[in-house]
Amino acid sequence: MSLPPGIKDDFPLLARPTRGRRLVYLDSANTSQKPRQVIDAMSNYYETANANVHRGSYDLAVRATEALEGSRAKVARFINASSPSEIIFTKNSTEAMNLLARSWGHANLSTGDAVVLSEMEHHANIVPWHMLAAEKGIELRWIPVDPEGRLVLDDLDRLLDGASLLSITAMSNVLGTINPVAELAAAAHEHGAMMAVDASQYVPHLATDVQSMGADFLVFTGHKLLGPMGIGVLWGRRELLEEMPPFMGGGEMILNVTKEGFTTTDVPWKFEAGTPMVAEAVGLAAAIDYLDNLGMEEVRAHETRLTSYAMRVLTERYPDTIKIHGPSEPAQRGGVLSFEFGCVHPHDVAQVLDESGVCVRAGHHCAKPLMRVLGVPASSRASFYVYNDEADVDALADALEQAADLFSF
Amino acid sequence: MPGLEDLYREIVLDHYRSPRNRGELATPPAVRTEGFNPLCGDEIVVYIDVDEDGLISDIAIGGQGCSISQASASMMSAAVKGRSISDARRLIGAFKSMMSIHEESLSGDSHDDHAHQHDDVFEDGQPIRLGDLGALQGVVRFPVRIKCATLSWNTLAQALDEAAGDS
Ligand SMILES: Cc1ncc(COP(=O)(O)O)c(C=O)c1O
Repeated sequence: MSLPPGIKDDFPLLARPTRGRRLVYLDSANTSQKPRQVIDAMSNYYETANANVHRGSYDLAVRATEALEGSRAKVARFINASSPSEIIFTKNSTEAMNLLARSWGHANLSTGDAVVLSEMEHHANIVPWHMLAAEKGIELRWIPVDPEGRLVLDDLDRLLDGASLLSITAMSNVLGTINPVAELAAAAHEHGAMMAVDASQYVPHLATDVQSMGADFLVFTGHKLLGPMGIGVLWGRRELLEEMPPFMGGGEMILNVTKEGFTTTDVPWKFEAGTPMVAEAVGLAAAIDYLDNLGMEEVRAHETRLTSYAMRVLTERYPDTIKIHGPSEPAQRGGVLSFEFGCVHPHDVAQVLDESGVCVRAGHHCAKPLMRVLGVPASSRASFYVYNDEADVDALADALEQAADLFSF
Repeated sequence: MPGLEDLYREIVLDHYRSPRNRGELATPPAVRTEGFNPLCGDEIVVYIDVDEDGLISDIAIGGQGCSISQASASMMSAAVKGRSISDARRLIGAFKSMMSIHEESLSGDSHDDHAHQHDDVFEDGQPIRLGDLGALQGVVRFPVRIKCATLSWNTLAQALDEAAGDS
């Protein structure tokens, strides 16, 4: 079983040459390209249903509201939330994590409380907690990462002892490591801590079931999932969301406002102040339809196959030059390959690859604490999605030849 | 369309391969400043010794980064060693103005001719010879790399301010 051929044809941008060459897009962990279906759904919304939501009594406004709430229901189904009211739309994962820290964290944590993170977190799951720590005097504890890029869980019980929250990435955006989230959630709960999951890299690539994960909160971002930029999701268990104070104040989130004060409306709208991103929600729903059509099991199988192929081809061709970070077993990782290429600096690797139309990311991937653990200031990263194929991997391997030539010293 | 040969000129690669004035100087008397490019993690450390006559009697470069940031730092160190603080400041100004020449003025078939015209950058009506530094001109055509090329120069500017303030 595999993905249907011709997927690339659904992505208009992939048909446009770059620098006069075929575009080989290997930066989907950064942001994904968008299929025609998503682009069309968004323009169709603007052409047929645009109005402000939850406000108008006319038919058009009703349809716009249905579009927004229909998308919410679709997201809920996609991650197996128990109700659409558990889906809060945000700008992206970063805003979702900040909402969690500001609202839940602010209300529930005080001096001496501990939040447990891991060394492989994206800055989006670090900085909001640093900010809270500065304000509230909470303690941050860190699950270490071993040389193969896996969490070291030997000391987990000690780290969780007395902790209030464990907040962990489900899949590393640098190493591709897939973390045992369900196991971690069970451990957190045993210690009376909540479990938050940064699923920014997970939801786009693996079937996600928040209930079987046993998580309390989960965040992801639409643009890595074939959807538009400008929409993300915070999922939380309803009873927790209901207890949480609002995040931002304004229209949409209130029940009543007087000169003396205000009362908030129900979840999820309590957390969605102001006019929401309706077209983006529609685009996200279209992206979910597209992925559902392919089947998330197929998506995962395709990426595992492609990752094994890439690891094999690259190490066979550059046995002495390439060093791939992260688990050596493709089944333990997603379609993300961070690598060192001899002594060629990642910036130069990316520059030379660009000349061949191959787009990879170079840098610290917003994970500076992890780069310090890996002992490198930066790495080059190739990442795959549904539209990538063996020819893209071959193009990467070929283009690296030029880097080897130019910097052979 | 700019090509890799515009960026990775032979002189640039040579400075990357064999960086000049690599190392550290004892502080004090040397002034030490650090510069970071948060986008890519490049780090440059510049040490300068300034003598009583206001001459940069010694300079050393530490840190790590891509070929462009490392080569630019090396070329800079060679260009300012032995020069006065005011000369070094003029050179920084000249280099940064070369880095801000709009890309369009470099494009077209005859871009090489244009490029050579910019070997002399005028400041206060006086020409400043950039010499080998002109080899970094191609960086302008790769806007994301401009920060790599200017990192060491900004760091040197800071070091000069500190040295001037101290003396
Ligand atoms: C693991 C992880 N968390 C969070 C984010 C932040 O996503 P966004 O920038 O869309 O908020 C990213 C993406 O950059 C990521 O890879």
